[in-house]
Amino acid sequence: MSQPVSHPDPTAAPRTSSEGPPSLIRATGLRKSFGDFEAVRGIDLDVPAGEAFGFLGPNGAGKSSTMRMIAAVSPPSAGELRILGLDPATHGPQIRARLGVCPQEDTLDTELSIRDNLVVYGRYFGLPRSECASRADELLRFFQLQEKARQKVESLSGGMKRRLTIARSLINQPDLLLLDEPTTGLDPQARHVLWDKLFRLKQQGVTLVLTTHYMDEAEQLCDRLVVMDKGEIVAEGSPLALIREHSTREVTELRFGVGQHESLAERIDDLAERVEVLPDRLLLYTDDGEETLARVHERGLEPAAVLVRRSTLEDVFLHLTGRTLVD
Amino acid sequence: MTSVHVDPAPGRIERLNRQVDYWVTVYKRTWRGSVISSFLMPFLYVVAMGVLLGGLVDSGGASLDGAPSYLAYIAPGLVAAHAMQTAAGETMYPVLGAVKWNKTYLGMVATPLTPADIVTAHLGFVVFRVATACGAFLLVLGVFGLFTSVLGTVLAFFVQILIGLAFGTPLYAYSAGLKDPTPFAVIFRVLIMPLFLFSGAFFPVSNLPDAIEWLAWLSPLWHGVDLTRMLTLGTVDGPLALLHVVVLGTLAGVGYWWSIRRLTRRLMH
Repeated sequence: MSQPVSHPDPTAAPRTSSEGPPSLIRATGLRKSFGDFEAVRGIDLDVPAGEAFGFLGPNGAGKSSTMRMIAAVSPPSAGELRILGLDPATHGPQIRARLGVCPQEDTLDTELSIRDNLVVYGRYFGLPRSECASRADELLRFFQLQEKARQKVESLSGGMKRRLTIARSLINQPDLLLLDEPTTGLDPQARHVLWDKLFRLKQQGVTLVLTTHYMDEAEQLCDRLVVMDKGEIVAEGSPLALIREHSTREVTELRFGVGQHESLAERIDDLAERVEVLPDRLLLYTDDGEETLARVHERGLEPAAVLVRRSTLEDVFLHLTGRTLVD
Repeated sequence: MTSVHVDPAPGRIERLNRQVDYWVTVYKRTWRGSVISSFLMPFLYVVAMGVLLGGLVDSGGASLDGAPSYLAYIAPGLVAAHAMQTAAGETMYPVLGAVKWNKTYLGMVATPLTPADIVTAHLGFVVFRVATACGAFLLVLGVFGLFTSVLGTVLAFFVQILIGLAFGTPLYAYSAGLKDPTPFAVIFRVLIMPLFLFSGAFFPVSNLPDAIEWLAWLSPLWHGVDLTRMLTLGTVDGPLALLHVVVLGTLAGVGYWWSIRRLTRRLMH
């Protein structure tokens, strides 16, 4: 399947920050309030064509509110927003004509056949029936759903429904694909199949913007991501750069007896850049985990269990957004 | 994939046309279920109330606003009430369902369609349902010679669509903003059923006690019933007919405006 990336209408050409590809999303001081509650508190974004861009954050961080504004179905409360170089307040339908949207919850028509879901949806974009039909068949093949084409949506598994929702969002060959938590609730096999498909779309030049709270998903798919917390962007960069910037290279995890961690932490807090105390273990953020472990042993401490590992995006995420539950 | 030409700034008609396939599929999967309520139930009412009860009424020498028989009197009332019920049925659960349960509207609004396009297409389907249900009803009653003129019957057909919209649009607006369906049962019991029984479909509203007769004037269905009856019996009272049209037209217009407003708020918040 070819996904030609047609660039925005030159008459509405977005400003380019440099020589690079044009910005598909540009936001400055973007805000969204619902009554007294401020879901998004002034964020800046710049997503060039061809990038896979991620929003990471705990529930309630403002990811979905931001996605809805980008999808041109939620007017910003303040700030400037340009999608494909156009203002969503005045050009909503024109923007949406060139977007693909995979919402957090499936909005498939459960009583229609799988193929009809695609064909009927393509009609909303003004595609002729014959074109809808041929694109539907192509998408069903790409997403390995062709054998199910005549079945009702109700008969599909969760993973298949997600694939169908993404297939549907591609019926208009969008310039920009928005995915709100694309793999939440799926089993590992289904997630990997979906990642494979998304990766292939990305290679075909489709610009992907996704929200997730799975760190592995963000590392797999995103060229660049922002971490959102309480409506603000708290970090931005590639997955590797974020780890480098907000965490150490390695982490040494030490387990002692229950209740000992708090007091033991004081005896070793000079051995690592940062020591985090959890109820069941100590985390020592350090550039050389084995070396740090040796020093711990030197001080006569014998942990019940030890793990030396690389820092992950999850460490960054928990460091930036905290370990407390938000909802 | 081949590239195709797509109108980048489609007009209202084109935007409605894009939704035709959706509504055709909806009708294909629901028409069997609606056959009994749309086409059979009305005739059970005609037989039970018009023919069988009517025999009793006619032998009692009741005054029926100039109708030659109770059957001729009640028939236009039943048609008008049927328009109301059909429109109400299509604008309550189906609207809330498209917003809340199967989220069809959420999928639609992620495309170039606007909430106004979605409302208009859905109401177009309501018009189709009212037109087929009431059209068939009028046709059969007309064939049995219950109506005095063909022109009057044709005009009465369009009045049914107006009645459908006068009820359909405010109910659509109401449903589009609802959080849960509990109020629907209440609406059926305290609005639709009482209107059905007391809006002059079965007996002249002058038979109501004087103290509450004026209440019937507030009923949109009474305006619809009276207008339909005037047209089918050939007893048109010009100024009163105009008033009926204005009342029903105002409800339909305000309801349409309100529907777009409520659905926009619900989908584009």
